Amino acid sequence: MSAHADVLIIGAGPAGLSAALAAASDGAHVVLLDDNPLPGGQIWRDGVQAKVPAQARQLRDAVDNHASIQRHAGTRVVARAGASALLVEDAERGWVISYRALVLCTGARELLLPFPGWTLPGVTGAGGLQALIKGGLPVAGERIVVAGSGPLLLASAGTAKHNGAQVVRIAEQAALGAVAAFALQLPRWPHKLLQSFSLFDPRYRSGTRIIAALGTDRLEGVRLQRGNSVEELECDRLACGFGLIANVQLAQALGCALGNNAVQVDAWQATSVSGIYAAGECTGFGGSELALVEGCIAGHVAAGNRQAAQRLWPGRRRWQRFADALNMHFVLDPALKHLAEPDTLLCRCEDVPYAAVAAHTSWREAKLATRCGMGACQGRICGAATQYLFDWQPVAPRPPFGPTRIDTLMQLEGSTQSGH
Amino acid sequence: MPDLHLDGRPLSVAPGTTVAAALALGSDGSARTSVSGERRAPLCGMGICQECRVTIDGLRRLACQTLCRDGMHVETRP
Repeated sequence: MSAHADVLIIGAGPAGLSAALAAASDGAHVVLLDDNPLPGGQIWRDGVQAKVPAQARQLRDAVDNHASIQRHAGTRVVARAGASALLVEDAERGWVISYRALVLCTGARELLLPFPGWTLPGVTGAGGLQALIKGGLPVAGERIVVAGSGPLLLASAGTAKHNGAQVVRIAEQAALGAVAAFALQLPRWPHKLLQSFSLFDPRYRSGTRIIAALGTDRLEGVRLQRGNSVEELECDRLACGFGLIANVQLAQALGCALGNNAVQVDAWQATSVSGIYAAGECTGFGGSELALVEGCIAGHVAAGNRQAAQRLWPGRRRWQRFADALNMHFVLDPALKHLAEPDTLLCRCEDVPYAAVAAHTSWREAKLATRCGMGACQGRICGAATQYLFDWQPVAPRPPFGPTRIDTLMQLEGSTQSGH
Repeated sequence: MPDLHLDGRPLSVAPGTTVAAALALGSDGSARTSVSGERRAPLCGMGICQECRVTIDGLRRLACQTLCRDGMHVETRP
């Protein structure tokens, strides 16, 4: 089974939705894939306990009502299937989609770092907890600690509180000075992010980092450190994330060049590989407004309408400046590199302890010797962690890019070239 | 209201609820047992970490990226 798209778009967040509409308005037949059940990406994640902004709903409806856009939910890219085709899989089937142009809008994820107890049930990412709550996770009456770094901590705490949780502490690792510099930008932030919580909330602490998650079979509390003082708090959940990292694995596997740990693009949102474009957070962090305009440019260019794309350059420049101003980087304290104990699991898929991985000198060597990064997540969690902990450069993932059914892989037989 | 089975026990959830949320609504929230025998629960919430993989109607699926459906059988233990 196979299909063809003039423009194939991976990721239905703001960038992908915007790219789809732009390309379709130029007359292209568009196929839009996303591995989540609902479109919107992370920032516009919909769900039983979520409220998405009107702009997101309108864009989603426009995409779904457009006759030349085909959107597939719950669908992930599994492998390359020849020069200009990808093997994809949903819950029921696998198939090959060939394309004339490809637009990568794969977004970003959280940097998750190992610390004692981080594998206990009850410990999630910061954005992770927010996403789970939107999907219906009950948190009413629960005591929650939010830790790590970045403005996502406030957003996560806000969502938890809105759904009835008691947020007992927000621990930001960055020093007060960095947080204060960030706070000066606050009047320019979307209000809703800060409605429920602010940096001036009495439970907010700067310069405070997680030391350990406590508990035996499930999380019972946390240990936090601020300067020389250690604080232990009882809690039911810990939401801990250390900022965003771009999802570059697919781009990397397709041979696209990276820069600053993001997909490198030119003024046309074109990657280093001819016919492949990228937009949104996977090209660097800028927020949804920048992602929308980048997606629109990429969609037009992918459909061959450079004129329409060029008209959007001034808009992109404006949002880029805004993004630069907001992108106050919360530099991670080097002490975070030493949170893990020798027996703390670094690779959660293969249960490889920190000491076993740290004994090696490169990602490849550690992988071969310890199986770290060879489990179900294909090193997406521990590979990113070792990049931060040991400065190891992650290598391009090999197909299949994630756990895949055999009957899906058999679809490669029928495609023009196996790609292996 | 989708009615599903979680490790053999019936559970009714609100429409639009993810299987990841259902794990906490109907049980202790955990999704799988790790290779060294630890129970694990959803971590990233967005389809990256694979900690929430469960067996749904005989197929391995990510709980955080799957919506509950009527008649679904979700297994968190091998």
